[in-house]
Amino acid sequence: MIYRETGQYKTTYEADQQLFPILQDRIFVLLVIAFAFGAVPFLASEYLFRAILTPFLILSLAAIGLNILVGYCGQVSLGTGGFMAVGAYAAYNLALRLPDLNLLVVFVLAGLCATVVGVLFGLPSLRIKGFYLAVATLAAQFFLDWAFARIGWFTNYAPSGSVSAPPLVILGWEVVGPVRKYLLVLGIVCVFALVARNLVRGAIGRSWMAMRDMDVAAEVIGIRPLYAKVTAFAVSSFFVGLSGALWAFVYLGAWEPLAFDVNRSFQLLFMVIIGGLGSILGSFLGAAFIVILPLALNQMPGWLGVEMSTALISHIELMVFGALIVFFLIVEPHGLARLWAIGKEKLRLWPFPH
Amino acid sequence: MSTAAREFGDVILKVEGVSLAFGGVKALTEVSFDVREHEIRAIIGPNGAGKSSMLNVINGVYHPQQGQVTYRGEARRAMDPHRAARSGIARTFQNLALFKGMSVLDNLLAGRNLMMRMPILLQALRVGPALREEIAHRKRVEEIIDFLEIQHVRKTPVGRLPYGLQKRVDLGRALAAEPRVLLLDEPMAGMNVEEKQDMCRFILDVNDEFGTTIVLIEHDMGVVMDLSDRVAVLDYGRLIGDGTPDEIRANQAVIDAYLGVKH
Ligand SMILES: Nc1ncnc2c1ncn2[C@@H]1O[C@H](COP(=O)(O)OP(=O)(O)OP(=O)(O)O)[C@@H](O)[C@H]1O
Ligand SMILES: [Mg+2]
Repeated sequence: MIYRETGQYKTTYEADQQLFPILQDRIFVLLVIAFAFGAVPFLASEYLFRAILTPFLILSLAAIGLNILVGYCGQVSLGTGGFMAVGAYAAYNLALRLPDLNLLVVFVLAGLCATVVGVLFGLPSLRIKGFYLAVATLAAQFFLDWAFARIGWFTNYAPSGSVSAPPLVILGWEVVGPVRKYLLVLGIVCVFALVARNLVRGAIGRSWMAMRDMDVAAEVIGIRPLYAKVTAFAVSSFFVGLSGALWAFVYLGAWEPLAFDVNRSFQLLFMVIIGGLGSILGSFLGAAFIVILPLALNQMPGWLGVEMSTALISHIELMVFGALIVFFLIVEPHGLARLWAIGKEKLRLWPFPH
Repeated sequence: MSTAAREFGDVILKVEGVSLAFGGVKALTEVSFDVREHEIRAIIGPNGAGKSSMLNVINGVYHPQQGQVTYRGEARRAMDPHRAARSGIARTFQNLALFKGMSVLDNLLAGRNLMMRMPILLQALRVGPALREEIAHRKRVEEIIDFLEIQHVRKTPVGRLPYGLQKRVDLGRALAAEPRVLLLDEPMAGMNVEEKQDMCRFILDVNDEFGTTIVLIEHDMGVVMDLSDRVAVLDYGRLIGDGTPDEIRANQAVIDAYLGVKH
């Protein structure tokens, strides 16, 4: 009975429609955010910021974007890496060609560029479904890979094809060092996670889920398929593009097209499946899992006292992913987020079994 | 139910010479009938007679090869389902077509999506008018939830509900749109007697209280004769009878169709 709703009667629909209607949830989330902003910067090591926290946050944002499309609207995409690249190169060109533009504005505009490209590649989804849509988005991925590698203008004709981000300054605040980068990313991710939550709880989110669950019925109750699918592609691509810009500018600093290849697309899809389709929390859990797993596997031989080659470790990593994906697809399509919810349900009743 | 005391308005929906074929299968052949405002209009007929196809033509899911449907004075051959919805035609489905992953509340709210106007940016912030809109619609949906007596499951994902309750949610989702014409495709199929009685009560109440015009497909003759004001009978895609329940009971062609006399 640690986790109780009893006694928390909602007297208005406003109260019942809050972000987290249960008091304990609200307190818990506020504590996590306060801890992330207030305590983590003093506690974590430089390695933790660089190797885990910052990439985890940025990939969470991309996973939220992909989850909106796949988990909420039921449209497959294998082109996520390509849309991240759109965000990254858009940010690069904006910063290069309009040096006075505020960095936050650059990030938002980069997201909007990805939105435009995402909508263009999303239009076929009105005619094709499932497997064929997956192939079409895969084609988008390869096309975008090709465009950024071969069209010189995007990389400002850099001979090696590798470009680097300008120094990060926001209104005089220099974003240097792992802690500041972490704080910048944390702030952006908090804001947009809230935006995503609001959207999926609102009218637009319902029309996405209706398309996912039963598209004929959705149309019969007055939802326009064109509008629902295109907005899902648009919002999803915005999140993915924004995360691409952050990945390039804040995490990598300098990059080449390979950073956003099809492997990235698959990695994000795995995050969403393992974390939980149709769950914002799941996007975070999936990202955390996939960022931490390889690092943990690397440490494992040391802890166990056995010698393993790095090649072997990376093979094990792939096998573990494969097994987990099959497990989640078959046993628990709602992923880690569902396991979390079941755990909560148990706590709600504990210590009484019924 | 005393038919004499009921008053009907003008013809709100008129089907004229509609023919629909799937490849070689003729689902409907030159079917004509009309529906008056505020009445309960039943469509009956043996399995495969074309009843569901008729509803699908009315709300634009199927596009007939011939004929036209006149709704509120506007004649048309074919229509998009979402346009039909926006012009006040709602329906339920023979084989439940609910949004299984969504809660009862969200299913019903989705039924009102067509009335929501807030731009995406306001929805993203969920403040001011966007929040007020959500709450106003939530209030209306709660009224329907009370009416259908499904308060206890409002937050349960629909896929986890028993069949009888899912049928109610299906009705609720259609009602949420506040339709002028409600098409019900076998709302009582597979229900026990008690559930059927509840469903009959809901249908009569909707018709009485909101004046909603109802087109009802149903196999249970007792129910049809009790509820409906007029009955249309389909057999092999053709209209073989049309009239009050008493007239239909006495119609020889209808009796033959139901007794299985060879054509
Ligand atoms: N989408 C479709 N594609 C091909 N044939 C169809 C389709 N929909 C209906 N039919 C055919 O049209 C005919 C009429 O079907 P319909 O579903 O309208 O019958 P019904 O009167 O509703 O029957 P039931 O009482 O079994 O629900 C049937 O022969 C059916 O096989
Ligand atoms: Mg039928």
